[in-house]
Amino acid sequence: MAAVRETVKTVGEVEKYKYGFTTDIESDKAPLGLTEETVRFISAKKSEPGWLLEWRLAAFRRWLTMEEPKWAKVSYPPIDFQDAYYYAAPKQSVKLNSLDEVDPKLLETYKKLGIPLTEQKMLAGVAVDAVFDSVSVVTTFKEKLREVGVIFCPMSEAVRDHPELVQKYLGSVVPTSDNFYATLNSAVFSEGSFVYIPEGVRCPMELSTYFRINEKQTGQFERTLIIAEKGSYVSYLEGCTAPQRDENQLHAAVVELVTLDDAEIKYSTVQNWYPGDEDGKGGIYNFVTKRGDCRGANSKISWTQVETGSAITWKYPSCILRGDNSRGEFYSIAISNGRQQVDSGTKMIHLGRNTSSRIVSKGISAGRSSNTYRGLVSVHRKAENVRNFTQCDSLLIGDRCSAHTVPYIETKNPGAVLEHEATTSKISDDQMFYCRQRGIGEEEAVALIVNGFCRDVLQQLPMEFAVEAQKLVGISLEGSVG
Amino acid sequence: MNMLEIKNLHVSVDGKEILKGIDLDIRAGEVHAIMGPNGSGKSTLSYVLSGREGYEVTEGSIRFKGRDLTELNVDERAAAGIFLAFQYPIEIPGVTTMTFLKTALNAQRKARGEAELDAVRFLKLVREKAKPLNVPDEMLKRALNVGFSGGEKKRAEILQMALLEPALAVLDETDSGLDIDALKTVAAGVNALRNPERAMLVITHYQRLLDYIVPDAVHVLSGGRIVKTGGRELAHELEKTGYAAYDADAA
Repeated sequence: MAAVRETVKTVGEVEKYKYGFTTDIESDKAPLGLTEETVRFISAKKSEPGWLLEWRLAAFRRWLTMEEPKWAKVSYPPIDFQDAYYYAAPKQSVKLNSLDEVDPKLLETYKKLGIPLTEQKMLAGVAVDAVFDSVSVVTTFKEKLREVGVIFCPMSEAVRDHPELVQKYLGSVVPTSDNFYATLNSAVFSEGSFVYIPEGVRCPMELSTYFRINEKQTGQFERTLIIAEKGSYVSYLEGCTAPQRDENQLHAAVVELVTLDDAEIKYSTVQNWYPGDEDGKGGIYNFVTKRGDCRGANSKISWTQVETGSAITWKYPSCILRGDNSRGEFYSIAISNGRQQVDSGTKMIHLGRNTSSRIVSKGISAGRSSNTYRGLVSVHRKAENVRNFTQCDSLLIGDRCSAHTVPYIETKNPGAVLEHEATTSKISDDQMFYCRQRGIGEEEAVALIVNGFCRDVLQQLPMEFAVEAQKLVGISLEGSVG
Repeated sequence: MNMLEIKNLHVSVDGKEILKGIDLDIRAGEVHAIMGPNGSGKSTLSYVLSGREGYEVTEGSIRFKGRDLTELNVDERAAAGIFLAFQYPIEIPGVTTMTFLKTALNAQRKARGEAELDAVRFLKLVREKAKPLNVPDEMLKRALNVGFSGGEKKRAEILQMALLEPALAVLDETDSGLDIDALKTVAAGVNALRNPERAMLVITHYQRLLDYIVPDAVHVLSGGRIVKTGGRELAHELEKTGYAAYDADAA
């Protein structure tokens, strides 16, 4: 496994969090705090139509009546929602026509992040939409996608150019009233990606978005909407990083996926937000609502996530299996180290007949972290012949971390076949001794064993990202042994 | 010069003394066998040579190629050329045998300041080493030792040894759990690795293995001490008399 070897090399070369740099770019911010005016400011900045402003305002008013959810196994000081900026954009006076016109400092940032943004790298075949703080900077490959009818653009552009699609689908999977953070997002979301795959089209390349929080004290509230029409297919990947800062930053995204008959969406995430330092200072609060709706028959939604960053992760990518014979999958690797707290899992809601779902969750806790899998498998009364298979494996490294598994199973149909398997293990002294006797150093041995533990999930990732993810596994566990 | 020099070695585990003054010299090119009853300290000797934590040297010394071995940790010893073939090879779930071999070989090469092997050259090398040991490609693709039969596990151990080319190989009860055919394959693999630069220490309870891997010297370990040393004929003698006489000596 070359990646593992490289991991150790990388660990030696870079500081703990290699994405911890900041970029000094003038930005255009909304006033501090959150009021109806803030919402109007954001909407005006984006020259949005009246219906969307009303939609936002309704969400905002709703949000004022809601309370933060407290059921997750995470603890953090109260968040002052008035002490944050809800919109920050790099200052660019004119509209950009090509990559050459983008602020070179921004491009430099993306280069450091290793995003294939330059023309040369575009040949690698990945179309990228890059979101910097709140606005989308550039979307590559647009032309090639347009030829086959695929729309891949920043959300604000979709609102302008494809209002009928946005209005039809926005909030149709995650309604504005869904939960505290999703409602907040609905009020203030400022960017995100929009993807539309027309009927029968197999998207010719991986689509990819990179998110980065640069500005101090800003929250990032992106909203992603992917629609796969009948018989279409798309594979989508998002990657996330943020600079290293002492204060906590809020990330409350919403992702909505819709598959119609026979369509498939594969959504992969490699999340590496800044996790805070060893004492738990700083780091991203990641409160994200991701949900897919298998609206059509025989459709399929698959979530794959590799979560290594964030001080707090609160995230449950879910599938509503509405169409008959539809299928939902959730593959997850959640690694926590230092003082990180992860409460993550999935929900599989079986509504249609012959629907099936598969959950494979691999939680790795090290340091003083806490790692919880929380998942729901629910079977509706009319959902005949439902099948679910759930496998939750936890791996503990050291003796100061914890792992928890909280599976909820609700079935109203006696014909459902639901399987749940769970294991908790430690990296054994025998395994470490064996690897080291073969000449493999301590940290490399941990990375090797953990990568083995995660193999089922890593195999679900698109090839180039699987390599990246393997490296991340090693880096995030640095300092977890000894 | 001796490759391995053990002088008056005392080793304790959890405060209990297991080895009580071992003296043993092995020269390059030699194969020595350690025989002894259960609980005599055979496995302890293999662990202390490889540097396993929890095996404390309380007295005496171990020198390997002139260096004080106790100054090196487990992986440094491996890179210096010490290999232990495990009695019970450990399962590494999700890590293919191929990946493990490549990671180990390149880790050692790197530790020695040599260039790492790329995928193509590595694959060629593995196949070349795997063939005589009857290790098919299919086995290399399976997770290391997971679901392997007793014979497969031991063949995988010898394959690792062939690939890593250690200066000193310690074989801990390599015959355990093998039927006669598997034993022959493994022994042939080991014999193919005998050469004037390499020393071997073969630890076994039964002399059967020594019919196939013929040693230059046989030592009887009992009660934490080497109580008798002789030529290969000593193994046959033991087969007839058993260890009872030596147990009495130790008590």
